[in-house]
Amino acid sequence: MSTNKQQESKEVPFRGGGFTHKPIIFVGPLVFVCLIALLEWGTSTGWISDLTLPRPSGVAQTLVDLYNSGLLFKHLLPSLTRLLMGSIMGITAGIAVGLLIGLFNLVRAGALPVVAALFPVPKIALLPLFVIWFGIDEGSKYALIALGSFTPTVVATYAAIDNVDRGYIRMGQSFGLSWVSIVRKIVLPGALPGILSGLRISLAISIILLVAAEMLGASYGIGAYVLEAGSLYDLERLFAGVFILSVLGVIINWFVGVLERRLLSWRT
Amino acid sequence: MSIATKFEYFMNLHINNISHRYSNVNVLENINLEINQHQIVCLVGPSGCGKSTLLRLIGGLEKPSSGQVTQIGNPPENSINPLTYIFQDFALLPWRSVYDNISLVLEDHGIAKKEIKTIIDDVLERTKLSEFANAMPKQLSGGMKQRVAIARALSVRPAVLLMDEPLSALDSQTSELLIDDLVSLWDREKFTACYVTHNLSEAVRLGHKIVVLSRRPGTISEVVTIDIPLNERKNHSEALDIKQKYLWNLMREEALLADKELINVN
Repeated sequence: MSTNKQQESKEVPFRGGGFTHKPIIFVGPLVFVCLIALLEWGTSTGWISDLTLPRPSGVAQTLVDLYNSGLLFKHLLPSLTRLLMGSIMGITAGIAVGLLIGLFNLVRAGALPVVAALFPVPKIALLPLFVIWFGIDEGSKYALIALGSFTPTVVATYAAIDNVDRGYIRMGQSFGLSWVSIVRKIVLPGALPGILSGLRISLAISIILLVAAEMLGASYGIGAYVLEAGSLYDLERLFAGVFILSVLGVIINWFVGVLERRLLSWRT
Repeated sequence: MSIATKFEYFMNLHINNISHRYSNVNVLENINLEINQHQIVCLVGPSGCGKSTLLRLIGGLEKPSSGQVTQIGNPPENSINPLTYIFQDFALLPWRSVYDNISLVLEDHGIAKKEIKTIIDDVLERTKLSEFANAMPKQLSGGMKQRVAIARALSVRPAVLLMDEPLSALDSQTSELLIDDLVSLWDREKFTACYVTHNLSEAVRLGHKIVVLSRRPGTISEVVTIDIPLNERKNHSEALDIKQKYLWNLMREEALLADKELINVN
């Protein structure tokens, strides 16, 4: 006791903390509001010239006009149809081929080099070829989007299958489950998280290719709208188009998020 | 209701002269062993002696390089999966509830849905898990997960349980509780088991016969039998301590060498 009294005593300083993620809800929208307010102020005072950036209020007005004139849906509907058709074709084929590669050694040996060769090719470069093969109208656009979403889906799917815990498969075998049951009840659900995160990438690539395809030979579509605005240096319409594309991307991301929450609720 | 009294059957497993090698490494050499009905045979040995490999060979998950495992007699007529494993990492599918994890192993054997439900309800009751039927694996503690895995194994009415370090992933308090569970389960059902462990106190608590394997290539260096009934072993801690010390002395040198071997490999 007596020695304790003589010794200096102080609290051990806190050294932990930080390096964790905490959601702060209002900051995101606030940044958007500030950015747009800054642009509005800059363009209206002439601090930012008309040729550099359009006025946000002008872009908004363009969007309203686009909606009122009915042109919005005239551009949006063909775009959405192309995106949907192309992605569905590409993703379905991609999951199927990915499954075959993941499950059969022979298919893996044969198809993997082809996929590896196809993967790095910028698909836009193939658009002229597709125009020859499938015609200048919808066919070539579907094909481009389909091929673009196909390769990342294949890679994500077979990688996801490779990553399924072998312990689960061994368990299935040890209980005498049939091959089909092991694939359907163990391999597929186990690969689903990987397949879904591949879906995000595939759909993002689909949007890029949608715009690219519409820039080359389409009278209606967001891509055509943006191209036309660009060639006329109509920045307000250009930004209105870009805004629509951004919203489209956010909606698709949200959709995959919903899908993940519904199908993967078992994850910790 | 125990499996044994409901359906009279006789089944032993004989392991005849099994040797196994991976590429050029001899893992097991000349293993001869009998796993007799209503007995728990514990396999112990230093790490890397091939005890888990031997268990995979016994249940047909791997093919031995030479020798074979023979089944003497037949499993009970209502047995769905005579040789059934319990894994160290539980191997419960995280996307299926407790009920569905058990139903998974019954669905493939042409059993009617109603009967499957009867089997699962019965096995959950026997393992006191009824209230957890709809829980997901992520909600369960390690001990509960292994209890579910045991229930799953019992649901297919096995003739022999092949247990691969079932308690090694659990903390010592939980594994103590599970040892008690296994002892009372054996008391009721007199199941046959081959139990791989590196934990000697588990082996002396649960084993009727303890098989000591030597370092790679794994050979049987000694078989120790313990005659004290399982449910009385808690009251004979001194006798068990002596057995455990004896086993440890058998393994000590080997374990030391095995430890050094790992360092050399790396």
